[in-house]
Amino acid sequence: MSASVPIAWYLILSAVLFSVGVASFLIKRNVITIFLSIELMLNAVNLTFVAFSHMWHQVSGQIFVFFVMVVAAAESAVGLAIIIAIFRTRQTLNVDQVNLMKL
Amino acid sequence: MPASYLWLIPLLPFAGFLINGTVGRKLPRALVTAVALLFTAIPAALWVWLWFTMKAAGAPEVINVVSGPPFGSWISITGFQIDFALTVDHLTLIMLGVVTGVGFLIHLYSVGYMAHEEGYWRFFAYLNLFMFFMLILVLAESFLLLFVGWEGVGLASYLLIGFYFKKDSAANAGKKAFIVNRIGDFGFLLAMFLLVAQFGSLSFEHVFNAISANPDWHGGILTAIALLLLVGAAGKSAQIPLYIWLPDAMEGPTPVSALIHAATMVTAGIYMVARCHTLFDRSPYALGVVAIIGAATAIFAACIGLVQHDIKRVLAYSTVSQLGYMFLACGVGAYAAGIFHLLTHAFFKALLFLAAGSVIHALSGEQDMRRMGGLRKHIPVTFWTMTMGVIAIAGLPPWAGFFSKDEILFRTFTSDNPIGKLLWFVGLVTAGMTSFYMFRLWFKTFFGESRFEEADSLTQHGAAVHARSTSTLVLEEDHGRSGHSHVVHESPWIMLGPLVILAILSIIGGWVGVPAAMFGHNEIEHFLEPVFANGSTAEVAITATSHGLELVLAAVSVLTAALGFFIAYTFYYKKPGTAAALAQRAPGLYRIVENKFYIDEIYGALIVTPLLMFTRIFLGGLVDSIVVNGSAKAAGATTKGLSALTSRIQSGNIRSYAGWLALGAAAVLVVMIFGRSLWMH
Repeated sequence: MSASVPIAWYLILSAVLFSVGVASFLIKRNVITIFLSIELMLNAVNLTFVAFSHMWHQVSGQIFVFFVMVVAAAESAVGLAIIIAIFRTRQTLNVDQVNLMKL
Repeated sequence: MPASYLWLIPLLPFAGFLINGTVGRKLPRALVTAVALLFTAIPAALWVWLWFTMKAAGAPEVINVVSGPPFGSWISITGFQIDFALTVDHLTLIMLGVVTGVGFLIHLYSVGYMAHEEGYWRFFAYLNLFMFFMLILVLAESFLLLFVGWEGVGLASYLLIGFYFKKDSAANAGKKAFIVNRIGDFGFLLAMFLLVAQFGSLSFEHVFNAISANPDWHGGILTAIALLLLVGAAGKSAQIPLYIWLPDAMEGPTPVSALIHAATMVTAGIYMVARCHTLFDRSPYALGVVAIIGAATAIFAACIGLVQHDIKRVLAYSTVSQLGYMFLACGVGAYAAGIFHLLTHAFFKALLFLAAGSVIHALSGEQDMRRMGGLRKHIPVTFWTMTMGVIAIAGLPPWAGFFSKDEILFRTFTSDNPIGKLLWFVGLVTAGMTSFYMFRLWFKTFFGESRFEEADSLTQHGAAVHARSTSTLVLEEDHGRSGHSHVVHESPWIMLGPLVILAILSIIGGWVGVPAAMFGHNEIEHFLEPVFANGSTAEVAITATSHGLELVLAAVSVLTAALGFFIAYTFYYKKPGTAAALAQRAPGLYRIVENKFYIDEIYGALIVTPLLMFTRIFLGGLVDSIVVNGSAKAAGATTKGLSALTSRIQSGNIRSYAGWLALGAAAVLVVMIFGRSLWMH
């Protein structure tokens, strides 16, 4: 298996996924989309963890991934709650209009 | 008395200060009085106990309390240590007796005198604070602890002079006293620095032993230290050139003038010089300066005292003059005589001030002698007690002042000081002047026609009261009292009691020092011998011829005092108006003396004004407004500008935050990957 797909490919895929996540995070205005791009970045990192874990035959990388998943689940629960609260008060999901914290 | 209880003596008045100073405002007057009196009476009782213990134990010369469990070491660094050490020897014992005894009597008197004042609790809190610091001062075993007491009494003095702080003149007098004393303290501080540099210690025992161990060590640095200490002493004890604060200090309540500015605090300088006699003895030059300053101050202050009209100011100048006597005694090496005069002076000057306070009390605040007169019948107890004080200070035998003054004059005459005879003559003239101006005060106050407004006999009460309250000479002091009583009245017995006790002491107080020439034993001299014996070179061999000389000198000084009395009698009793006619003949001279030789004005022009100009123009205009303000403003402006710049980052736009975050992460990444190779080789 290690011969079939080199580690570099996983890393490149992960980097591409991460960059797509960052780019959409910066470009998109919809909160839900931004939220999804965060998930994308997290999973790109997860992919790297798993790839290295497989390469070094170390289980700790996979344990990290579980942790990341747990935290991501918790984060999405909180995040979604915040999004709902924002929508209820402001009737919009456009982040550019959520700027009350501005100086 | 177990030595470990020694610290109770200063700390009890401090406890009184804490109680009255913190909650005294809310306590009833009776309780404030009880606290103040109790916490000064106990130290006085402890002193009596201490006295008998030291007598019974075969006169142990020194009790040391070195940093016991209640204190611990005060300052301890490598090669230098100072403890909270107290010590008692015979010199301290006398000072302790004066401070606690006279202090208690004056506390008692104050209960009556201050009865109608506002700030009653404040007055007693300050008074107790003063007692605390004064006791620290006399009990201290090191220069530094003495300095703590020294500064502390200065603080208490400042607070009490400015007791009527709503009155500008009182507040200013307090400031003046404090600042002039600071000049003296500056000398004291420098002396301490030199002592540390030279001896590596500030403990009396250590320093004086080091000096005694080298019998050939004279002059040099010892002269420098002695002269600097003298600057401190001149400030505290109101000697030329720093005496100017004491007459102004009379703005304080009269009991304060009696306690602080006559009997105890101002004698701290004499005590200090006597305490450091080992040092002064090794520097004939410094001793000469002490003697000359003392004699000059004595005659100068007496001159001013001749023509003052304010009863308290006359007494203030006479205090300065008598302190000059004590300095003169120290300067000719007769420390015991100086301390003896300190003791008797404490009695009769406290008496005179308290009696003057009783007169002022009787006249509802009048202090100008031109508006007194004929009071003898109205206030007989005050009259008789004050008479005792006047005779004592004038130096007629066998009152107290005679023996101590005579001792000083005799020792000055026989000293090996090259100008000893001249100093003696100055002292003698001063004695005559003292007698004159004290009897002048006596005649003007108690004899002749009454020149005060007869408010008691008038029916138009209100008009008289009004006239008095608009008079510029009436002081704030009577504010609390006006409306209380306008009748010339004798003071209550709580004020007269201390007067009577002090009057008795003014008569018999001198008998502890009756010289051998007059069939006495001069007990005080022998009592102080263990303190002053080592190194005192000026010991006069008591011989038959010197007995004769002493009697002759005593006769001369008694005659001088009698002459002073006679002149005062002629001028102010027999032919009143003679003095005014004399003043008419030399109006210029009279005006100069009346205005105290314009010393305040000269100091104002030479020192205060240039200093103020320097402060306002250089320090205020340049340093403060440009350097200090400028740097503060620059720091503020920089912060403001930077924050204005960086606050733009907080745009409220979430995506811009994310962008900065990504940029930062990218920058970190770049540094991690390439940075190492960039700066590590």
